[in-house]
Amino acid sequence: MSAVAGHGASVHIQNCGKTFPDGTQALAPASLDIVSGETLVLLGPSGCGKTTMLRIIAGLETPDAGGRVLFDTTDMTAVPIEQRHVGMVFQSYALFPNMTVAENIGYGLKIRGVDKSVRAARVAEMVALTNIGGLENRRIDQLSGGQRQRVALARAVAVRPRVLLLDEPLTALDASLRDRLRSELNSLLRSLGITAIYVTHDQAEAMELGDRIVVMRKGAIAQIGTPREIYFAPQNRFVAEFVGAANIVEGPVAGGRLTLPGGWLALDNAADNAAAVAMIRPETIGIVAEADAFLRGTVESVAFIGDRQRLVVTGAANQPLTVDAPNTINVRAGERVGLSVTPQAVRVLPKED
Amino acid sequence: MSHRNFIWICLLPLVVVTAAFFLLPMAQLLAVGAGGSRGVSAYLAIITEPRYRATLINTVVLAAATTIATLVIATIAGLFLQRHRFPGRAVLIAMLTFPLAFPGVVVGFLIILLAGRQGLIGAITAAVTGEKVVFAYSIFGLFLGYLYFSIPRVILTVMAAVQKLDIGLEEAARSLGASPWAVQRDVVLPALGPAFVASGAIAFATAMGAFGTAFTLATNIDVLPMLIYTEFTLAANFAISAALSIGLGVIAWAILALARSMSGGAVAAAG
Repeated sequence: MSAVAGHGASVHIQNCGKTFPDGTQALAPASLDIVSGETLVLLGPSGCGKTTMLRIIAGLETPDAGGRVLFDTTDMTAVPIEQRHVGMVFQSYALFPNMTVAENIGYGLKIRGVDKSVRAARVAEMVALTNIGGLENRRIDQLSGGQRQRVALARAVAVRPRVLLLDEPLTALDASLRDRLRSELNSLLRSLGITAIYVTHDQAEAMELGDRIVVMRKGAIAQIGTPREIYFAPQNRFVAEFVGAANIVEGPVAGGRLTLPGGWLALDNAADNAAAVAMIRPETIGIVAEADAFLRGTVESVAFIGDRQRLVVTGAANQPLTVDAPNTINVRAGERVGLSVTPQAVRVLPKED
Repeated sequence: MSHRNFIWICLLPLVVVTAAFFLLPMAQLLAVGAGGSRGVSAYLAIITEPRYRATLINTVVLAAATTIATLVIATIAGLFLQRHRFPGRAVLIAMLTFPLAFPGVVVGFLIILLAGRQGLIGAITAAVTGEKVVFAYSIFGLFLGYLYFSIPRVILTVMAAVQKLDIGLEEAARSLGASPWAVQRDVVLPALGPAFVASGAIAFATAMGAFGTAFTLATNIDVLPMLIYTEFTLAANFAISAALSIGLGVIAWAILALARSMSGGAVAAAG
């Protein structure tokens, strides 16, 4: 494994935008620095520009004039993809149907003129790394979805790329397989120490895999941060609602208190604001006796999920609040409850433009 | 009436037509072929008789050359037309597929206008070099004519196949370091293989059996359809022409069957 590690370049995107010939702007000019060895996730709904960003880094799209892409200190903007030395994993896997598994994995080496015996050794190494032993001589149409995904990954990593680019690599798989491959992929990326850029619309994937996450929306970067920063300190309503479940409440802030229809919440050093918007994560709201809380509401529904129960509480805020309560407490629909939220858990968001 | 009987009744017209216009004439043709002075050995004459054998080889070589040239030209054109959008593209595609509407006689006529004794090429070469180049009546003229009406069939098939190509395959190959040539060699051409077999078989069978163009041009070319025609109408040699017809049919059919087995059933019968 050490033979493969340590090939990560740092990637610098400077002022890269993309406007298509028909005039639509897929990506507003954006800059981004990716540290060597880091896994960076581009997260957002479809059409947010994340794939365009990835394709610019890959060299499959050229940025609008003024944009530059650098690997370490080398300007790659004008270098075509075949000379960028990247590895790429596609959502469709794009495995060559006219080649066997081993030929697919070895293709990048063969094209580079790597000696046959060296090639065979590297292919064997990749096969072991991705757990696909015994499939070497299969044709692609004889593989399951999960096996194809592994072959695609092995093929991309076999050339020891400077940057590994993954475009929704798990999206085509069913849910349970996706979860398993996600954690496998995670440990593989850690052990390779490779610079990886990972595109997904799945926030759970982004949380697990990313050292940092870039949340994108409508062709622009909405926020960059570690998974914890993105989750606990979203900078705007879009990020708050896209990543995890979020209650968005509205009310006036005065004297460090956010006033809501069902009472008030204490805030951490918040400026006075006649119409503030704040986010509260469902799991940060505690259910207490009505008399013990400054914010009260009525339980509208209780859904027992197993590891927790999801309550919907009305009357407390301007819209029903979702509360993830422990599975042990006993509440029923129609009951009056008190809600306790620590000041740190209430995140006041800037006003949307 | 049971469901099964209903289906059989619906199929009855097909059975009648097939028997009347296909099976019976074929059986008759077989019988005529074996009924001449040579007997059953007439069927071997296409191989054993030197003149017939030379014609057969001529025809096969011509059809093969047409097929290969058509595949090369039509693949390049088809890839380009499917992958690029430019003003006039629709008109160009319409023009390229235009020969589909022409009978062989018209194609032959066009070749004569181009390279015949009064043709364009002859006039130009006569003016430039003083020597008139005329090749319309040679096997090269016939080759050009066949090329002309084979290209549209192949282009349309190739374009449909290119449309179905996963562009991701090419991008994956490029990301692995493949040059544009290597991408074509390792990814695009293998993926188009079935389309080549399918459309190539049609081009081959058409070129084997085309008569109109040959008849218009062929003053000194021997191809099988022409041979059958002359044996039949001029020499009134019914047995031999029937045997040659069967031979031509069997060869064309064998090629199609081979292609169909290689490409998984995508081959339609030739026109």
